Amino acid sequence: MANKNSSVKGRTRSTGIAYWIMVLPGYIWLFMFSIVPMVGIVMAFQDYNPSKGWFGSKWVGMKWFEYLLVIPDAKRALVNTLIIAVSKVVLNIVIPLVFALLLNEVKNMKFKKAVQTIVYLPHFISWVILANIITNMLGANGILNLIMKTVGHEPVLLMTMPQYFRQLLIGTDVWKEFGYNAVIYLAALTGISPNLYEAAAIDGASKWQSVWHITIPGLIPTIVLLTTLAMGNVLNAGFDQVFNMYNQLVMSTGDILDTYVYRVGITNMQFSLATAAGLFKSVVSFVLVVTSYVLANKFADYNIF
Amino acid sequence: MNMIESNSLGTKIFKIFNYCLLAFLAFSCFYPLWYTFCVSLSDKLAAEGGLVTFYPIRPNVNTYKLIMGDAAFWNSFRISVMRVIFGTVWSMLAMIMMAYPLSKTNREWKPRGILMWILVFCMLFNGGTIPWFITVRNYGLIDTMAALIFAGSVPVFNVLLLMNFFRNLPSDLEEAAAIDGAGPWRILWQIIVPCSKPIIATVILFVSVGYWNEYFQGLVLMNKESNYPLQTYIRQISVAIPVGVTLTAEQYQQLAQNSNKALEAAKVFISMIPMLVIYPFLQKYFVTGITIGAVKE
Repeated sequence: MANKNSSVKGRTRSTGIAYWIMVLPGYIWLFMFSIVPMVGIVMAFQDYNPSKGWFGSKWVGMKWFEYLLVIPDAKRALVNTLIIAVSKVVLNIVIPLVFALLLNEVKNMKFKKAVQTIVYLPHFISWVILANIITNMLGANGILNLIMKTVGHEPVLLMTMPQYFRQLLIGTDVWKEFGYNAVIYLAALTGISPNLYEAAAIDGASKWQSVWHITIPGLIPTIVLLTTLAMGNVLNAGFDQVFNMYNQLVMSTGDILDTYVYRVGITNMQFSLATAAGLFKSVVSFVLVVTSYVLANKFADYNIF
Repeated sequence: MNMIESNSLGTKIFKIFNYCLLAFLAFSCFYPLWYTFCVSLSDKLAAEGGLVTFYPIRPNVNTYKLIMGDAAFWNSFRISVMRVIFGTVWSMLAMIMMAYPLSKTNREWKPRGILMWILVFCMLFNGGTIPWFITVRNYGLIDTMAALIFAGSVPVFNVLLLMNFFRNLPSDLEEAAAIDGAGPWRILWQIIVPCSKPIIATVILFVSVGYWNEYFQGLVLMNKESNYPLQTYIRQISVAIPVGVTLTAEQYQQLAQNSNKALEAAKVFISMIPMLVIYPFLQKYFVTGITIGAVKE
């Protein structure tokens, strides 16, 4: 009896060791490229000098954050970020919902499948490629200006017009992602029992009434979930898109926090100032994401972990 | 009677409108790729003059012939392919081995609690671009293939996808194997992995597309252009207005006109081909992949 017990114990221990060996490569990877950079946050409170490193540079307290409050470029970047990101958050919930509802009305399965297959495509293409294509299509010699010329309009250089640049960013982002974002709604739609629609039809409900009283209520949990989770994105205007689409002429409306950090840090090598700006974004996003997860857990019973 | 008729007329109008709108949306997602393909096959002058609409003008394959001899392009292409292969193999191994012990309950394996906490924290918070850049530079990884593979750190979300799937596998299988004397390694590779093919396929596709599409690390971690992966190379040849230089709208137009549009389009198109080839598989799996994320135990 005692013998058996000790062998079970020995076995649990060797299993425990095996588990540690299994997770080790992944956690070393995580440590080296996620956790060590977090130590670098100290740069935001230092006058960082590359030759002295993170532990030898002079501490300056909140100096860089105070700077950020008065630099017009930083303020402009924050405002642009908020406008672009909030618009994207809202439209990336609403447009895919409308699309899913419209697609749900299609009874021709071949057509439905074909549309679905094609609209997911842009999600998997990188912003480098799409920005290149969009720039060409909207440029001086692109399809847009060919149409303009045909209707007798002056050439329009959309990519250089600050007054339209944010709309352009928001529109192209929604275009790229609406198919992909609709997947989760379409999955939820298949979960609504067809019996409900049959019963409604027997009771003489119109198409509109059954959408309004059956489909929409059936999607409410999904909508609530996506809305809460999207809260974490209000400072996330989409670096890859803006970085590949913006230029000097649209800086006033197109420059966002992430591109600002890139220019200050990587291009101008003002490491400390850029770290401070980046840290501001990281901290605010973290607080928002955690809040949204807590809310999602509470109200939508969502738990990814 | 009247009611039903007017109702069905309304329904008909709606149906026509709906089909047209959806067809248009699908068209809008496909047309930019088709447009690029047409430009790449068009005559140089027609491409630069912006005359291409729905079909190539004076079609020829000159651009593709030119690219055949373009060493820099194929060098970047090769780097991207190597990166996808090595990166995907490495991350799949690391992630599967992470996900399995983490799929246990906190009672079955005590350290799980704290390890999970660390993992999720790293997903939700990061040190920002600059500390990350300085870290990678201090490791001496600038201009190395290792940077292109490792610098992105663990794709935590994919680990969570794998973990959730492993967690939902019937525990009887594992228990039976354990009674037969199989240790954790055998259980992982001979029971868990073969039973998890759909999610592993999904994650392989996510990870490899991620590596293929990544350009930023190539841009900041590679000093030599000969080390650029393909996406970074494409970014550099695109009509990128150097930020920091002030150009007028006319100069911008001039810059756009000077580039060889057909050639650029051909390069862009070739860089999309691997994506388009795996797209049918991707399509089949990723729907399961994202919906699985919301599945609970």
